[in-house]
Amino acid sequence: MYGKGILKGLGVTLKRFADTYLDDIKWLGKRYYTAEGIAHRSSKDARGIFTIQYPEEKLPLPEEFRFIPFLVYDEGENGEKEIRCTSCGICAKVCPPQCIWITRTSDPKTGRPVPAPAEFYIDVDVCMNCGLCAEYCPFDAIKMDHDYELASYDRMATNIFDKERLMKSAAYYAEIRPINNTREEEARKAKEAAKAAKAAARANKAA
Amino acid sequence: MDSKELNSPGYGIPPEMQGAVSITTLDRIYNWGRRSSVWPMMFGLACCAIEMICTAASRYDLSRFGMEVMRPSPRQSDLMLVSGTVTKKMAPTIVRLYNQMPEPKYVIAMGACASGGGPFKEGYNVVSGVDKLIPVDVYIPGCPPTPQALLNGLIKLQEKIDKQSIKQVRWYQKGALEAIPIPLLGPDLIRQQDLPNIKKAAEEA
Amino acid sequence: MTTPVQPLTLDLAARFPDAVTPDERKGYSGWIVAADKLVEFATALRDEFGYDYLSSVTGVDYLPEEKMEVVYHAYKTTGGPGLVFKVQVPRDKAVVPSLVPVYPGAEFQEREAWDLLGIEFTGHPDLRRILLWEGFAGHPLRKDWQEAYYEAETKPFKSRWPSGEVHRAEEKNPFGANVKYPENFDPEKWVPEGENALYGALAEYEETDETGLKTDHIVINLGPQHPSTHGVFRVAAVLDGETIVSLKPVMGYLHRNHEKIGERNTYLQNMPFTDRLDYLAAMSNNFGYALAVEKLMNVEVPERAEYIRVIMAELTRIQNHLFAIGMFLNDLGAFFTPSLYAIEERELVLDIFEAVSGSRMMCNYFRFGGLTRDLPEGTLEMIRGLAFDRLPRKVDEIDRFLTENEIVRSRCVGQGILTTEEAIKYSAAGPMLRASGVPYDIRRADPYSIYDRFDFDVAVRYNGDIYDRYLIRLDEIRQSLRIVQQAVEQIPEGPIQTGKPQYQVRVPAGEAYGRVEGPKGELGFYVVSNGKPNPWRYHVRAPSFINLTAFGPMCTGLKVADIVAVLGSIDIVLGETDR
Repeated sequence: MYGKGILKGLGVTLKRFADTYLDDIKWLGKRYYTAEGIAHRSSKDARGIFTIQYPEEKLPLPEEFRFIPFLVYDEGENGEKEIRCTSCGICAKVCPPQCIWITRTSDPKTGRPVPAPAEFYIDVDVCMNCGLCAEYCPFDAIKMDHDYELASYDRMATNIFDKERLMKSAAYYAEIRPINNTREEEARKAKEAAKAAKAAARANKAA
Repeated sequence: MDSKELNSPGYGIPPEMQGAVSITTLDRIYNWGRRSSVWPMMFGLACCAIEMICTAASRYDLSRFGMEVMRPSPRQSDLMLVSGTVTKKMAPTIVRLYNQMPEPKYVIAMGACASGGGPFKEGYNVVSGVDKLIPVDVYIPGCPPTPQALLNGLIKLQEKIDKQSIKQVRWYQKGALEAIPIPLLGPDLIRQQDLPNIKKAAEEA
Repeated sequence: MTTPVQPLTLDLAARFPDAVTPDERKGYSGWIVAADKLVEFATALRDEFGYDYLSSVTGVDYLPEEKMEVVYHAYKTTGGPGLVFKVQVPRDKAVVPSLVPVYPGAEFQEREAWDLLGIEFTGHPDLRRILLWEGFAGHPLRKDWQEAYYEAETKPFKSRWPSGEVHRAEEKNPFGANVKYPENFDPEKWVPEGENALYGALAEYEETDETGLKTDHIVINLGPQHPSTHGVFRVAAVLDGETIVSLKPVMGYLHRNHEKIGERNTYLQNMPFTDRLDYLAAMSNNFGYALAVEKLMNVEVPERAEYIRVIMAELTRIQNHLFAIGMFLNDLGAFFTPSLYAIEERELVLDIFEAVSGSRMMCNYFRFGGLTRDLPEGTLEMIRGLAFDRLPRKVDEIDRFLTENEIVRSRCVGQGILTTEEAIKYSAAGPMLRASGVPYDIRRADPYSIYDRFDFDVAVRYNGDIYDRYLIRLDEIRQSLRIVQQAVEQIPEGPIQTGKPQYQVRVPAGEAYGRVEGPKGELGFYVVSNGKPNPWRYHVRAPSFINLTAFGPMCTGLKVADIVAVLGSIDIVLGETDR
């Protein structure tokens, strides 16, 4: 029969339409603008309307989400920023499009390198968000950010990020990547404990 | 801009007239109309185009911004979303499409490649950013920008439209708007505005 | 797992004395054939030895030895390992006989080798540039050719550290842009080449019918900016009225120099670049590249990592086919509603990719000898939910919605037929080959990873028309779901990476060809290492690109409106076609 396929198709569309309202009634207004509602609408049980009303509601970002890299600093006792980066240059070497520029600091008296970067630049217009820098950084100093709202009117002025622009606190990092942060903290503590034990053993031996 | 903002032009309305009249400025109505019906051109270049399609699909739903009417023809569109790597072979076409778009027209460089060449910048067939060819209004970083990042860029564009004034916009100024000369494909890409430079370089060599 | 080995019984050197010698360089395999005997050799290979499927043709520039080498990979469509043969010619006189008369599937690949490496193929029916434009100066993949932003032969560049002098590359270029011109190039005396070569390659057409009415030669161009070309793809066709007489695809509008950049990158740095090849199937690309380099490095992948790899590759196939079906219906004129439904399911798969790898599309998840990280908590549950519950339901819904629709049927059934012989001849791959009745699936024919453990059927359809190419994608989604279901049930605990993660891997000298059954077809990576941190040659056998070889013949005799339907049913992605 002609037209059967079209009717069938319309039936599928109609079912989607009706599903939205069935779910609306079931959730009694909690389907929108609430965390559970968004989670439900992105789950395997989602039916009917699927839209996330950005910017009013935003999709929750998974922990591993990566956008532009940032540099982690620890808060010092007097509120000064202690950058974790030692300017070892691994991130610059591993970066596939080579968008990281680092200037190493040297001690003005001795001329020997100091483990902190004097300058650190990332060209956001070249960065491919691959996350290799964060993956291979031995000091947990460079990490991938979750902030994706970076649109600008003038790339020449804004899109080469300097050290100031790249620095974000360790607290912020712990907030966006809690599981990773805990794991790394533990690994660092274990490493320090091992170092201390080794030093103690050496001291014992000497004594 | 919601209706509340639209209806508060900064003039006091006498108490007896409240509820009976609403005052706005021409700019506000003009911009409100334009910002709510930005029609993008259906023009995908590379990876970012897939994210653009996803943005137009049901999860992110561009139609909430009045932008779902993707026009396949440049003659009917207001916005060119340069979604992906601009290659030299494609450059003449992009400029031609831009010239064919009627004013008012806007360009968004979506993603690192369109903004500045991106990871492929060093490649011999890649243009270092679409702004080397045509003027760009909003740059969206990311490789690729997620649909939400793209929406953020589109909202930025709406903000830009909001700030324009009917008295100053270029398409109501006197004199014809000049088309951008179309680049040529020679031994390498030749931008016509560079011709004197190229000639000079050849003479020096 | 090693590069295709020859069965011991095959002694080609004895069969072709003086013309064929085994390749005895360390780490290499296969046979070296004398250039003048190549066609004879290939014909025998196809007709006597059963290697009827020429998978990949590419060139390698051995600059230190002053040699240019053309590498061929041939397989049997009945399955089993392949055969590699090579032709070596002097670099300054790189002329090789064309294999198009024996294997028509070599047509575009030889054109590419001419375009990028400057190897001339005598007897090729249409040797023009394919990715770049006529008039471009030089052959960019030659090792002594340098681009405008040339900084150093290999990465990492010295300028980044320790005294980073931040700059944009264009600031150092005399023209402030990514351009360079030959010395003494005078723009005033220069004459553009135009596109006469392309139009000359199309068939001439002129006819007078019985009433004396003359029908003229009409050329139409579709694209590069066209809503139905899936990106920046162009088609030039000659018409008789509405009927297509001759058709040539024109590509290169998204040629991003993947291979040139890839030869400068370190092995690891190439991994995120592979994501951007077929940007709908990043995980499959990662898989193919990891496989090729692992063959060279000879590392094992832990059990759990293998399972995760298979799950990810199959989810990739599912979401790719969903998108392909949606876009194909767009091309048929069912604008956007079917795509909306398909993209909705795809989004849920992308959520998994995002949770696992950090990015929806550009996954960069595979590492040599394992993976970046284990599955985050809860991900396996998400995959289970999709594989057992949601996707089977939704695929059935899409099937109900579309398959029996009269318009879909009348546009597709019996249109754009690719016969079995043609499919093999033109080296078509993946769903396109299987819809023409060839049950050739690398997961079965030449199993890699742990595909031999799973119970699944190779989807085959026999008519080779547009409709079958649509149906086979539905079949493949169902088979992929079966594999994912088995994999999530069987997945063991354990490590996900062999050894410590390293950013500078040691790759012994040699060559390797790693191939996987990608969603679009056979995706192969040919990697040559000279023991340094960067690959000497890095070539991608892109299924979308080679599948297009059959596009012209398939369209001949159809109407103009069918071009987009045929193209939609081939399912190309321009990132991979043009690279």
